[in-house]
Amino acid sequence: MSATTHHHDADSLAHKLNNATGVSPTRCYQCGKCTAGCPMAEEMDYTPSHILRLLQLGLEGSEDRVLRAYSPWVCLTCEVCYARCPQEVDIPKMMDFLRSESARLKKVNPRAADFLSFHKTMLDSIRYVGRLYEVGMIMGYKLRSWHFLEDVLMAPSLFFKGKLKLFPHLIKNRKNISQIFKKSGNARTEAAK
Amino acid sequence: MSRIGVFVCHCGENISATVDCAGVAEAMSRVPGVVHSVDYKYMCSDPGQTMIKDAIKEKKLDGVVVSACSPHMHEPTFRRACAEAGLNPYLCEMANIREHCSWVHEKSEATTLKAIDLVHKMVEKVKKNQPLYSIKVPVTKTALVLGGGIAGIQAALDIANAGHKVVMVERSPSIGGHMSQLSETFPTLDCSQCILTPRMVEVAQHPNITLYTYSELESMDGFIGNFKVRIRKKARCVDEKLCTGCGLCTTKCPTKKIPSEFNEGLGMRSAIYVPFPQAVPNKPVIDKTQCTFFLKGKCKVCEKVCPTKAIRYDQEDEIIEVDIGAIVLATGFNVLGAEHFPEYGYGRYRDVIQGLQFERIASASGPTSGAIRRPSDGTEPETIVFIACAGSRDEAKGIPYCSKICCMYTAKHAMLYKHKVHHGKAYVFYMDIRAGGKMYEEFVRRAIEEDDVKYIRGRVSRIYEEDGKLIVKGADTLLGHQAIEIRADMVVLASAAVANDGAEELAQKLHVSYDPYHFFAEAHPKLRPVETNTAGIFLAGACQAPRDIPETVSQASGAASKVAALFSQSELTREPVIAVVNRIAPPLYSTCTGCALCVPACPYQAIEMEEIKNRDGVVVKRAAKINPGLCQGCGTCVALCRVKAIDLQGFSNEQVFAELMAL
Repeated sequence: MSATTHHHDADSLAHKLNNATGVSPTRCYQCGKCTAGCPMAEEMDYTPSHILRLLQLGLEGSEDRVLRAYSPWVCLTCEVCYARCPQEVDIPKMMDFLRSESARLKKVNPRAADFLSFHKTMLDSIRYVGRLYEVGMIMGYKLRSWHFLEDVLMAPSLFFKGKLKLFPHLIKNRKNISQIFKKSGNARTEAAK
Repeated sequence: MSRIGVFVCHCGENISATVDCAGVAEAMSRVPGVVHSVDYKYMCSDPGQTMIKDAIKEKKLDGVVVSACSPHMHEPTFRRACAEAGLNPYLCEMANIREHCSWVHEKSEATTLKAIDLVHKMVEKVKKNQPLYSIKVPVTKTALVLGGGIAGIQAALDIANAGHKVVMVERSPSIGGHMSQLSETFPTLDCSQCILTPRMVEVAQHPNITLYTYSELESMDGFIGNFKVRIRKKARCVDEKLCTGCGLCTTKCPTKKIPSEFNEGLGMRSAIYVPFPQAVPNKPVIDKTQCTFFLKGKCKVCEKVCPTKAIRYDQEDEIIEVDIGAIVLATGFNVLGAEHFPEYGYGRYRDVIQGLQFERIASASGPTSGAIRRPSDGTEPETIVFIACAGSRDEAKGIPYCSKICCMYTAKHAMLYKHKVHHGKAYVFYMDIRAGGKMYEEFVRRAIEEDDVKYIRGRVSRIYEEDGKLIVKGADTLLGHQAIEIRADMVVLASAAVANDGAEELAQKLHVSYDPYHFFAEAHPKLRPVETNTAGIFLAGACQAPRDIPETVSQASGAASKVAALFSQSELTREPVIAVVNRIAPPLYSTCTGCALCVPACPYQAIEMEEIKNRDGVVVKRAAKINPGLCQGCGTCVALCRVKAIDLQGFSNEQVFAELMAL
């Protein structure tokens, strides 16, 4: 059940979230069960229920705090929160939205820069290859993150065990994949407006 | 010489496991005056009771001692058995050898000896017992309902529909109470007046109900079934029989700028006025404190315009005396006054209002015809803040209790605001949301989820004005106690529900107890919630504690059913365990010296002074007299009386001393 009325402030982040995903922060009654069960709560700057509270109030500055939060980037999308939420608030979906929205608005938490690089590189790999292409992804990640020497020593053994293929295995019909990307990308930008 | 029978019960093994019951019976048979002494496994069983009945007849017993459990458990059982055998039931007593002996001691010789002592002292008491007869009190089958709000209306209609007469007394010019001021009611949002006014009309037209509005209780005497009540019917200055309620006088009255009580000061009324269009009765009242004629001696415009010549400036208060059998107290509540909120600027800023005022603003019959407008400049508030627990749960303001209705009406207010001002922002500062009730939690969730009312958990510290805005300073304790400032156009305080003005005096007039907050006290918080400590006086609605309409209505029906039960018999039967002042032959008449110290000592106001006259009608003595209808047999007067002129029937000094001497 999502809240749908004309009473909501159309510019608010909560409203955009609701439009894009159907998740309504007003559903949350701040019981804290999501935070209590979240395996990553200790790593987060704002716990899941805290993020929801910030969205509910929509006070000046609180939306910015949400978009610049570290939490969405450490969320594992394990869905424990969603499974246990008495009000059925789809928190993983919300976190997903917050990641793309903060990336779009260039408000990604500095601590999460590497996560964003990884996300982007991984999606690029899927977009162009149709599946994960390890070597390409590693190179892309290193170029984006500037961590050129990190984990380099692992490469030889991985290579000799056949875990790193030099050339990508392309899937059939890559056009469909790029269409999916195009469509979902458009939809997301539309909704975010 | 007495002929007493002793019956020792084993209570299965409850008693016999530690007490030698046969031994007790045997010991008793040797006590002088005991002509029959037996023991049996279950005295309360049918065969056990038959044993007692047979013994009474065969041995011509004139006293019975059942040595068994607590009299709370089976005294009525055994007294009934004795009565069936032709013995006065008050000649039967119980010796408690279970709770007082077998259950609390180990099996031993001493336990049996204690049991013997307990039974023996009761045998000595029974020797002094006198036959007593239950007291019959006549009942006047007319109920007085004090208060014409929804509680009083419901109680009056229920009693009247049960076929009994009702006298309803309402302080203000119309019945309806606070409910008539409300815009919509939670959780259904149905219009308050639409569901209330038919009931008000029903009260006015009911053949069994006599309605006195603009009237107050002057005094009350008497006791359950036999109250004598004096009602002061204040002068309306209008002949109600002639007045047709055309309203010409109210429109022509030149004094029109008087803040209307019904509109909580947000609208104006004239000096001769009907509080609201749906008032029952729809007859105006002249407010003598505002009327130009009463203040300056001239005007009389209303008299000139009245087509039926119904204006009576010389009308005087009328005292009406009525005989009443039962009283239902339904005097309602009030909201905490402005002087309690200096930090919120209530009373200083016109746009800081309380809940009842918002009800009037939101009401279609209110001063703005239901449009949400600021009292100060009549503009539509873009941002509105509701503050729950304004005064409630605030020990510093002397109100540590929860007012119970505010959570729900605040949600309703915010919802009504959002329904009428679509683009507006509504904030609610709350401490907890207490939405216990059918469909209540769902209602609050609806306000939050569908109408996007922003709930902030925290108490507002202060409100001040800046550039025409009200700055509300609060905190969001859910956001790690972040301080929050909201620039509002209007603030509504859910001010605490408090006892009505004059509740204390009224309680004292009626001898009803009240709590530290002047709400009337129920006889038992769980099992006797609609009764007071004074027999025959019942409670309904928010005069007992803050409560909402559904609860008020159910309690009123509960009180009404208590009244109907009382009226179902023409006489009341009471236990004769009451205090009696002795009366003896002339020239003494009574050992009472007439010191009258017992009169104020009696917690039930049951004692009065009586003049004893000789056959020539000359007063020869003043002595105390106890009203058997009011006496509860507590014994305070017996202990107090310095000349031992008072005795408690069934527990006389002689009986108690006989018990003690047996030990």
